[in-house]
Amino acid sequence: MSKTHIKLSATAAKLWFGNKQVLKSVNVAFPQNKITALIGPSGCGKSTLLRCFNRMHDLSADVMIEGDFLLEDQTLYNGKLSATEVRRRIGMVFQQANPFPKSIYDNINYGLQINNIPKDQRPGIIENALKESYIWDEVKDDLQKPATRLSGGQQQRLCIARAVALRPEVILMDEPCSALDPISTAKIEELILRLKKDYTIVIVTHNMQQAQRIADQTIFMYLGEIIESGNTKQIFKKPVNELTKNYVKGHFG
Amino acid sequence: MTKKLTPLIEWGTLLLTTGLVCFFLLAILWDLISKGSSSLSWAFISTSPTDGMTKGGILPAIIGTVLLTLITALIAAPFGICCAIYLNEYAADSWLTRIIRASIRNLAGVPSIIYGLFGLALFVQGLQMGTSLFAAGLTLGLLSMPYIIITTEEALRRVPNSMREAALAVGATQFESIRDVVLPSAVPGMLTGLVLTLSRAAGETAPILFTGVAFYINKPAGYLNQEFMALPYHLYMLSTQHQATEQVRPLAYGTALVLIIVVFFLNLSAFYIRYQHSKHE
Ligand SMILES: Nc1ncnc2c1ncn2[C@@H]1O[C@H](COP(=O)(O)OP(=O)(O)OP(=O)(O)O)[C@@H](O)[C@H]1O
Ligand SMILES: [Mg+2]
Repeated sequence: MSKTHIKLSATAAKLWFGNKQVLKSVNVAFPQNKITALIGPSGCGKSTLLRCFNRMHDLSADVMIEGDFLLEDQTLYNGKLSATEVRRRIGMVFQQANPFPKSIYDNINYGLQINNIPKDQRPGIIENALKESYIWDEVKDDLQKPATRLSGGQQQRLCIARAVALRPEVILMDEPCSALDPISTAKIEELILRLKKDYTIVIVTHNMQQAQRIADQTIFMYLGEIIESGNTKQIFKKPVNELTKNYVKGHFG
Repeated sequence: MTKKLTPLIEWGTLLLTTGLVCFFLLAILWDLISKGSSSLSWAFISTSPTDGMTKGGILPAIIGTVLLTLITALIAAPFGICCAIYLNEYAADSWLTRIIRASIRNLAGVPSIIYGLFGLALFVQGLQMGTSLFAAGLTLGLLSMPYIIITTEEALRRVPNSMREAALAVGATQFESIRDVVLPSAVPGMLTGLVLTLSRAAGETAPILFTGVAFYINKPAGYLNQEFMALPYHLYMLSTQHQATEQVRPLAYGTALVLIIVVFFLNLSAFYIRYQHSKHE
């Protein structure tokens, strides 16, 4: 596979909430087995863009989406792929950890059950997912414990485990560390770096250091547009655009 | 000085109102228990009335009220819950849904005697059910439905959207996310609404007045197509319409106490289910 194999992309993506246009002709491409960071000031549309890729806007009534969204060469909307198929292949970790009000075990089991994974394979997959997400050692003695009694960082890692258990091709992460302390953050960053070899990862972050630590490629958004994108080093060390320069230096946002 | 006093006054007012509410509640309970407990006995709840209601028990009325409440629940709960799920999870926020919602709220405010007349016209006469347990149950079911819809919708609304998204994100369909995640989270709230509604229905007199309740039946209780006795109506008759109201007063108090106990058991079962539920969270 060539180095720049594009796993996921959007071309001329536009999105309106009612009559307010939030995405203005966005073009992005996420290379396979790379981590792409989405940065930009609050309200510029990062979450909105991310949620287009796993069709999370489907439930909202007054959302209108235009443009081409592709996973490999398959279109995500109005094509052969159903919404559930899209979401199974493109997993998501949300900004706020949102475990189900079920046990740790059932949190991961639920997705397997919904996707008709044979019963006898599930315990193995669950254990593996928990190990992959660096939470196994902390929970292995009490998998029946309610997930809501875990700490915030543990909950977030459980949510990552829930996503990876389904072996998606892409994992979308919306500020997965925003509610976490530095130690949990470090654990999750390490985890993300490990996951890179098997998955394509898109991560929204407000933390400039974090983007530089983990991302191969960085995309800077502003007011619903992509201002600049490229190699992370280049974006942070030699930004071309004036807005990007100001943002990564911390002058606004 | 005022800085210190204000919290004290706020605290005092709240405590006073809470105390006042509790006081009335306890006063009612005390009145009932002190005057009614003497007539409570095994015979009172296991036999039929005799000697023109002056002796004997109230078994048919207990059976009548329990069955009536059951029918009400069986009719109002499934329809009410499905309706609430539709309104809260599926319906778009259009003028039509707003009108439907407003109508439901208005229905909840319609006096219960109106439901009684409606039940008489529709079920008893229109559908030719005659005055019967089933007709009265349907009428009470209609009365209860708006409350169940409102409380269920409220419970569903309290389930955060992040739960729905979490289910969708692992590949669940909208129906699966509602069935497996949203509804289980909403159960405690739904149950509270259901029990409050049924408690109210169990104590209603007006809607069953024209639709099936009788002062006295000498046949075995519990047939859907026949008239029935019910605790609230029995109580009403004993205390106001009986030819010897003074003589049957203790029986009236006993009946009231039994009604309270029936409702109490209803609440207890809901409490138990909620407790079981919270243990598994
Ligand atoms: N459901 C919605 N309805 C209407 N407008 C919305 C909705 N969700 C988001 N918006 C608007 O869309 C714009 C982009 O929001 P979005 O959540 O994508 O920003 P963001 O870049 O993720 O910001 P943050 O960094 O604060 O999370 C904002 O102006 C927001 O007010
Ligand atoms: Mg966001």
